[in-house]
Amino acid sequence: MRNFFSPSAGRGTPDPLALAAVGAGLAFAGIGYAFWRRMRNAETDRDDIATDAPHWTLDKPSARALFGKSLLVNRPRTDLFAAWKVERFPEFMENVVAVEPLGGGTARWTIKGPMGREVHLVNSITESIENETISWQSEPESEIANSGEVRFADAPAGRGTYVTLILAYDPPAGKLGRLGAKLLQREPEVQARRDLHRFKQLMETGEVTSSASPSARKSESPVEPHI
Amino acid sequence: MRAVTWQGRHKISVETVPDPEIVNPRDAILQITSTAICGSDLHLYDGYIPGMRAGDIVGHEFMGEVVEVGSGSTLKKGQRVVVPFTISCGSCFFCEKQQFSACDNSNPSETRDASELLMGHAMGGAFGYAHLTGGYAGGQADYVRVPYSDVGPVIIPDDLPDDDVLFLSDILPTGWHAAVNADIEPGDTVAVWGCGPVGLFTIQSALLLGAGRVIAIDHFPARLRLAKQLGAEILDYKQVDVREALNEMTGGIGPDACIDCVGMESHGFTPDNILDQVKAQYYSVTERPHALRQAILACRKGGRVSIPGVYGGFADKFPLGQLMEKGLTVKSGQTPVQKYTGQLLKMIQDGKFDTTSLVSHHAPLEDAAEMYRHWHGEQNEYTKIILKPGLEKGAIEAKKEMAHV
Repeated sequence: MRNFFSPSAGRGTPDPLALAAVGAGLAFAGIGYAFWRRMRNAETDRDDIATDAPHWTLDKPSARALFGKSLLVNRPRTDLFAAWKVERFPEFMENVVAVEPLGGGTARWTIKGPMGREVHLVNSITESIENETISWQSEPESEIANSGEVRFADAPAGRGTYVTLILAYDPPAGKLGRLGAKLLQREPEVQARRDLHRFKQLMETGEVTSSASPSARKSESPVEPHI
Repeated sequence: MRAVTWQGRHKISVETVPDPEIVNPRDAILQITSTAICGSDLHLYDGYIPGMRAGDIVGHEFMGEVVEVGSGSTLKKGQRVVVPFTISCGSCFFCEKQQFSACDNSNPSETRDASELLMGHAMGGAFGYAHLTGGYAGGQADYVRVPYSDVGPVIIPDDLPDDDVLFLSDILPTGWHAAVNADIEPGDTVAVWGCGPVGLFTIQSALLLGAGRVIAIDHFPARLRLAKQLGAEILDYKQVDVREALNEMTGGIGPDACIDCVGMESHGFTPDNILDQVKAQYYSVTERPHALRQAILACRKGGRVSIPGVYGGFADKFPLGQLMEKGLTVKSGQTPVQKYTGQLLKMIQDGKFDTTSLVSHHAPLEDAAEMYRHWHGEQNEYTKIILKPGLEKGAIEAKKEMAHV
């Protein structure tokens, strides 16, 4: 191997291998430093430090998957609360196959899962405050234990409403399973985020946005959306 | 129908594909009469824009006749319309602020994730321009589906020929927006990098907005000649040190506003650009921003830098200290086309703009692959190409044969 500093390396031209080695060393040192910082942070008691960050954005280790997404929707809060109802879910919840009311605020949900499977949830509404929030909690017979909340709050300066969807669930196959489901685009976080965007589109434009159009790819139809 | 498709780097082909259909109530379908090849189509051609897929239909500068409408469209069959390249819903926070290119609804939920990952927030939708902006089929085709057709399309009076109004789709509003973003004060000296179609409209716009003089920079003689015809003083960067010339033309202070109409693929045999070229070959950078670096260094202290040129990602050796120490104001962005189309159509009718002398060729849609090669490789002779689905294959008209010259 050529010496980085030897004249044979040619007029100060650095050996690419040597450069790569230096780069790899720096990257390694950086990763080590990041871990060290993380460990030090973990030792410090931070509970007394106030934060205004939404709770779902805090970096807290947990076996449950927690996800929250807030979107600005340019419509009054009352309109949006009124539109967030089971009968309209099929218009914007792409992965929901069916919602079957069982009475008393409990419903049985059929949802598309990874690889053509269907997942059945049984959820009960635990709290509903007119024009503000709807919370739910799954029943023991639900295939996936989950809980969540949708919030409606006035956005400042007459901009409409902040709609926030918060979802917590126990990933059936742990963290790895969750990653796999994400890759297959059938993970609740991915689905919920996209459904929330579709709700915004429907409320603001009267239709769910679609880029469906022709292409020279034989497998695609001009009326089906594609990535 | 027949459509111009992107198949890979430097691979364009005309293919038979399914016709578009009405998908949503606000949609309309157009039969294309004229569609231009844009400078930014070259970034797709060169493979520098992430998110293209083989088989995508390209083209975002187009006009045509309405042949089908959805129940929510306000257009009528038979109307001639020009369509803005930006797809905008007209009712989100951004559209209400007239920041149409930032529309929060036009990039569908399926495609916006990647866009959000790359840019921090999802870009608005656009026709024929990669899946980061929605993956909508473009208008270099016999037909195109136009979403939100009650918001974007500009209805064109019968007495205006296609060539006069086609550029309302992109490059005229883009040149106008570039000049508006330069916050021109009466008598200002404005420097414009790049005398391509956007640069030529920027020159005209800057003068209309009160610039005392416009200095245009390029290296293609034909493009510099067009700039001069439109009222600019010209600099060929192969003959002069541009920054020295600009200083000497402005008593040493530099231009008040500098506009980068070049974007991510700067030409020029300079050390920074050569290094960028090498890196771009290995995709370790997407940007070759030599013109922008030069514009920042050339601009007067406290001046304005406007960037209509397209960039795709992270840039190396960006003169950030120079930007800060000189106290420059930077404005940029994809053009909110819908904000300007009404005003600019009126200005075209009043004869304020020369919209035709930059057009060098009319060509059939069928000859698109050949036209992309010329547009890429012969930028002196090919200053703007308009594709016409109606022309027979091989019926290419160069400028001197066209009726309007």
